[in-house]
Amino acid sequence: MPQYKQFPLPDTAEGLTEADILTWHVKPGDTVKVNQIIVEIETAKAAVELPCPWAGVVTELLAEPGQTVEVGVPIITIDTDPGGAAAPAPAPAPVAAEANGTSSGKIGEEMPGGRIATLVGYGPKSGTAKRRARKDSAPAAAPVAAPAAAPAAVVVAPPAPAPVAPVVVAAPVRAPGGYVPLAKPPVRKLAKDLGVDLHALAGSGPGGVITREDVESAVAAPVAAPAASSVDNGSRERRVPIKGVRKATAQAMVDSAFTAPHVTEFLTVDVTPMMELRARLKNAPEFRGVKLTPLAFCAKAIILAARRTPDVNATWDAAANEIVYKDYVHLGIAAATPRGLVVPKVRDADRMSLKELAVALDELATVAREGKTSPADMMNGTITITNVGVFGVDTGTPILNPGESAILALGAIRDMPWVVDGEIKIRKICQLALSFDHRVVDGQQGSQFLADVGALLAEPGIAMTY
Amino acid sequence: MSSPEQWTHPEPDAAPAATAAKPTAEQVIAGLRATDEGGADLVQLLTPEGERVTHPDFDIDITAEELRGLYRDMVLIRRVDREANALQRKGQLGIWVPLLGQEAAQIGAGRAMRQTDMAFPSYREHGIAWTRGINPTELLGIFRGTDQGTWDPVEKRFHPYTIVIGNQVLNAAGYAMGQKFDGKVGDDEGEATMCFFGDGATSQGDVHEGFVWAAVYDAPLVFFCQNNQWAISEPTERQSRLPLYQRARGYGFPGIRVDGNDVLATLAVTKWALDECRHGNGPILIEAFTYRMDAHTTSDDPTRYRLSDELEMWKLKDPIERVKVYLVRQQWADHEFFESVEADADKLGEELREFCTNMPDPPAERIFSNVYAEGSPVLDAQRDEFLDYVSGFAGGEH
Repeated sequence: MPQYKQFPLPDTAEGLTEADILTWHVKPGDTVKVNQIIVEIETAKAAVELPCPWAGVVTELLAEPGQTVEVGVPIITIDTDPGGAAAPAPAPAPVAAEANGTSSGKIGEEMPGGRIATLVGYGPKSGTAKRRARKDSAPAAAPVAAPAAAPAAVVVAPPAPAPVAPVVVAAPVRAPGGYVPLAKPPVRKLAKDLGVDLHALAGSGPGGVITREDVESAVAAPVAAPAASSVDNGSRERRVPIKGVRKATAQAMVDSAFTAPHVTEFLTVDVTPMMELRARLKNAPEFRGVKLTPLAFCAKAIILAARRTPDVNATWDAAANEIVYKDYVHLGIAAATPRGLVVPKVRDADRMSLKELAVALDELATVAREGKTSPADMMNGTITITNVGVFGVDTGTPILNPGESAILALGAIRDMPWVVDGEIKIRKICQLALSFDHRVVDGQQGSQFLADVGALLAEPGIAMTY
Repeated sequence: MSSPEQWTHPEPDAAPAATAAKPTAEQVIAGLRATDEGGADLVQLLTPEGERVTHPDFDIDITAEELRGLYRDMVLIRRVDREANALQRKGQLGIWVPLLGQEAAQIGAGRAMRQTDMAFPSYREHGIAWTRGINPTELLGIFRGTDQGTWDPVEKRFHPYTIVIGNQVLNAAGYAMGQKFDGKVGDDEGEATMCFFGDGATSQGDVHEGFVWAAVYDAPLVFFCQNNQWAISEPTERQSRLPLYQRARGYGFPGIRVDGNDVLATLAVTKWALDECRHGNGPILIEAFTYRMDAHTTSDDPTRYRLSDELEMWKLKDPIERVKVYLVRQQWADHEFFESVEADADKLGEELREFCTNMPDPPAERIFSNVYAEGSPVLDAQRDEFLDYVSGFAGGEH
């Protein structure tokens, strides 16, 4: 007899509630061995590979790559006795978790193998608390005693394996040994001291929690109409722990935004000559194999322009009451990676030729995309470029990297109408946005720097004059 | 002598070179990580290429049978580790602490102990547990959350796993002092204690206190520090300004750095250190220079803080491969032997899987019954209420 077993998504790191499916390494029909890696998932903490618990044949994949799955929800069905009878029983309807996380908690449920599936799922609550099924099929008593006039209370009861549906309970039913009303310990103590039965109360606090006031008013007026709880939005929201790169980015951005007074200026530039030069250089022998991007030109232009306006490459040292001017440029490149935003640096970029810059930028991007940028690579920048153009965006108002005084956003390069010698022509147009720290850089210096960068991109030959 | 630079890096006259220098960041990295060979003072008897080398102070006579035994120990404990890691990934364990890469350090140290010696582990000492005769299945309950370790620490001479970093060093110092007070130290029949901790623990106050007490009481205690280079995400150069084994000098006892990926050197050095201790010449610090090949725990992702280059380099120093090469070169083991070890490993892996998935869940009342010897009316009432609550759920007790 074919015997089907389902593998529920485990909690791979102490208290996670969900994970994203990254890649399946098997497909239906494949024969799998015990401990064979079947899928790669990404949690809030790490990307991890999951081994197969049983030997057999893959019957069905229950989650798509990119899908967010709650811990405890089956992700794969495996026939552990494929040599058995021919007629394959349909797999139990899987509950694929949607991004809003309304899957049923499977924790503690018995699997076809006859064993409680996993230990997992004791992590932080996300949204509405999910509760295990009770012995009697009746849903748990509502946390709200609802008199006739009050709106119906809603409780989330997971009658697995069906998706969680809000169950409307019209009247309170006190299940023996079952539902425990939600209240904080001091409130419980108060209720005990005052002889108030918490089961008889409706919670007016967030999520139906019984508050001190609820208990006190119950004593004052035992028949007071309880407050109604509103429909909880928790089941339609997704909560992701703030961790890792996200957390670091948030901290850096808040530090910067509330420390350095930002000014942002914009400039629209006809970069056709730069694009023409790029096309010529790409065919030149010494640039063979070099990935020569507009970003490399922009980097070069920044380095040249910073020579004329060293203020943009300086640091406000509040502790020392000094402004630190630097005779070197460690150029930061904001890079989007699968793990989030990282800003690796090109060290001593001011000593590099255009070709060296292009090579360095390419390497930087590769390392960052592979998630191998080390913390040391991200420290001590002096000025940053954020290439929002790669997302097809025209411009933005970038926030400074903490400790730096300027950041340039390079917008998308588009074919646009442009007035050349009194005539409208189609040209390659690009927008630049420069944010600078007004403590260090005045409007004049900032403007001059931005104009210089623009001029260098609009007419690369200007570099001859530097 | 007035600049802050000199306060933080004083230049005493006769200090060892590593402390006399004012190291640059690069020198610190070169000296401490020394990922190539562990520095000039590293004791090594079997190179990563499987060549037997000599050392002026330490050597070992090893028979073919003994070395085959060490090889088997390392292969089996590695399989235990990989199997438990996989069980965590299957949702059967809450967490696992991998020992991958540290097999030689643990098997070498563990096999140096006599049955009468006592051991105090941290939480990664699966290899030491193995050498104390503890069935690896007994480790699973700790990481499944069903028990706190089921072996008898007195019978096995192996203290329960200690999760608090470095805390067991105090326990071990006290135990070793007791051995001394009880007159169990002084000749070849003497007892000794081993205490296991990592490089990160050396920054803990408990470890400092343990060093001080053991030193001034001449306790028969071998401090066995597995320097696996990473305290979760903190590298050794963020923990110390000199090689860890040299810290012993400041406490007044010897410190030795051994190649922790060399089972022979670890065995030789640890045997020597235990003998010194049982004769009354303790304590001694051993720094086993090794590398954590996997994550700190299954909750950790090392690719976020260390480069894969480093991992690739340490792969070449694998503790098991070098023994295999040596066994083959000496014609001390044939194909059949290696196959039988593999078969044993497969069998052990299966046992672990079976055992783990069939472990009974502990009863809910154990929260109450295992805390106080006798209950109290308040606790009894709480217990009854809780059990009543739990019994309302379907799906068995949890």
